[in-house]
Amino acid sequence: MQIYVCIKHVPDSAANITIRDNNDQNNHGQDNNEGDKYGIGENIAFLLNPFDEHAVTEAAALKKEYKESEIIAVCFGKKDAEKTIRSAMAMGADRGILILTDRGHDSITTARALKAAIEQDGNPDIIFTGKESIDAEGMQTMFRLGALFDFPVVTNAVSVKAVTGHGGPDDTPGKVGPGRAIVEYDLGGGKTRTCDLGLPCVIAAGRGLNTPAYPTFPDVVKARKKPVHLLDFTDLTFDQPLGSAFTVGLEPLVQKRSPKEIKGSPEEIAVTLVTILKNEAKVIS
Amino acid sequence: MKKIGIIIEAENGQIKETNYGVITLAQQDDAQVYAFILTGVDDEINEGVKENLAAWGVHGIVEMGFQAHVMENPMVQAKNLVAAVKKMDIHTILGLSSAWGKDIIPRMAALLDAPLVMDCMDVDLKNNVARTTQYSGKAIASIQVRGEFVLFGIRPNAVQPLPCPSEPEYLPFTVDNAMPDNFKVLSRDYGGQSGADDQGINLPEAEIIIAGGRGMKNKENFSVLFDCAEKMNAAVGASRVAVDLGWIPYAHQVGQTGEKVSPLVYIACGISGSIQHFAGMKTAKMIIAVNSEENTAIVANSDYYVIGDLMEIIPELTKQL
Repeated sequence: MQIYVCIKHVPDSAANITIRDNNDQNNHGQDNNEGDKYGIGENIAFLLNPFDEHAVTEAAALKKEYKESEIIAVCFGKKDAEKTIRSAMAMGADRGILILTDRGHDSITTARALKAAIEQDGNPDIIFTGKESIDAEGMQTMFRLGALFDFPVVTNAVSVKAVTGHGGPDDTPGKVGPGRAIVEYDLGGGKTRTCDLGLPCVIAAGRGLNTPAYPTFPDVVKARKKPVHLLDFTDLTFDQPLGSAFTVGLEPLVQKRSPKEIKGSPEEIAVTLVTILKNEAKVIS
Repeated sequence: MKKIGIIIEAENGQIKETNYGVITLAQQDDAQVYAFILTGVDDEINEGVKENLAAWGVHGIVEMGFQAHVMENPMVQAKNLVAAVKKMDIHTILGLSSAWGKDIIPRMAALLDAPLVMDCMDVDLKNNVARTTQYSGKAIASIQVRGEFVLFGIRPNAVQPLPCPSEPEYLPFTVDNAMPDNFKVLSRDYGGQSGADDQGINLPEAEIIIAGGRGMKNKENFSVLFDCAEKMNAAVGASRVAVDLGWIPYAHQVGQTGEKVSPLVYIACGISGSIQHFAGMKTAKMIIAVNSEENTAIVANSDYYVIGDLMEIIPELTKQL
């Protein structure tokens, strides 16, 4: 199998972000009105998007079963994003593709570029992504990728099993490449749905899919030697999208809370809490 | 007049209350609001549903009557919804950014090749600018969308619903029940092994959430939160630590890698308040912290706090409710 994992280079969630006005930087190129007007200062730690860790881990688990498989991590970003590809390689990806671009793109364009890069490279059997990125939180690129390729898509997957054949008694994991994937996905509140997807397909990993293991030191060393192919975003050819989304404002989410202590015996505290829930929050009657 | 389509989320023949805020949002621009309801072809949508949609203000109701086996297939549903909005010449589509919505709305956006903003806190429908959180809840972005079609997934509870009586017309739509051969739904699990409980309240849609963290100390103590939640019709949440320690299933996790919630009240019990946890509950209207330590992020960012033993305070609260 050729397993592609689309990964994202995102700011560490623990870092303090600063907001940057891009207005001066976007006045070049073909779409000078369509770029994000605001972004964040990039002088902070960036890492592999947490949901993508689940995606890479699942790809590596599938490779254990289907040993002939190859895992290719595909990432967007500046040269610096190679670090994130190395992280994915330390977790099991065999090689990487970095699509070089100096600015962010909306999911409509991102999906087109990912498709172009993957098609140039090979024939995907499964494309993994995370269910969302922790920076843009868009939750849609996997569906766009699926629609462009005309592959079925599942998001928030909690279990993936690749099986051979196309529905019959011989459909057990085997030596031949699989023809289908049985995927269970989360519908919220612990409810799930199980689907039978014909390959090729797109699967977006959820938090419940697996437990990513921290790479060992030898894994990290090995990852340094694995190849990363650089592609320039502007060299990829795809249909110009008709729609777009771009950031026109970005402001810090500040908390304006003034904490008030509730004191007293547990009983007095409980009485006060009930009063607050009833009269101030109006959530109970 | 501008037409706006709303994908209504129903469960067991009932409309989820969180839809009403979306209807209110759609009315801002004097638009014609059309509600799309997905039902089984043999089910009559019950009168209560129609009355509710009329009470909150829709101008048209489009009933999508699917064959029973299609009701579980989001791919067929999205395809038909796209055909229906196109047929009705609707170019602005709203829905809930709930777990169900996250499986339907982006599918529609992908089929339409149209821009979408999920998890919107608010939308200016005149200018097509949506406000949503980004960067783990540390910033609010205003995102402008352009295109022939535009879609917005609205965060449950983000918009306060306002009644607006109307007399909706009924519009028929004949769905295509054809199933794709590369996407079959095998089964559905309503909980159990994957860790749901009978609680029946979805975290993102709950008005009150009572959540536990490391300070809960063990799995058994969570029953105190469940008891209290039951009394006030709340959902039970948890921090990542509590989930990782196996005290409660991950379906309950609130935070950056769990559910993002905006309840009216968030009661944090024994949760210190990491950045990642705040990423999931920062937009709660009121935060009440119950903690043994005063010097914690959760206390500093709360509206009310109690310093004490939660195992004494929460059962007492349950008793008083």
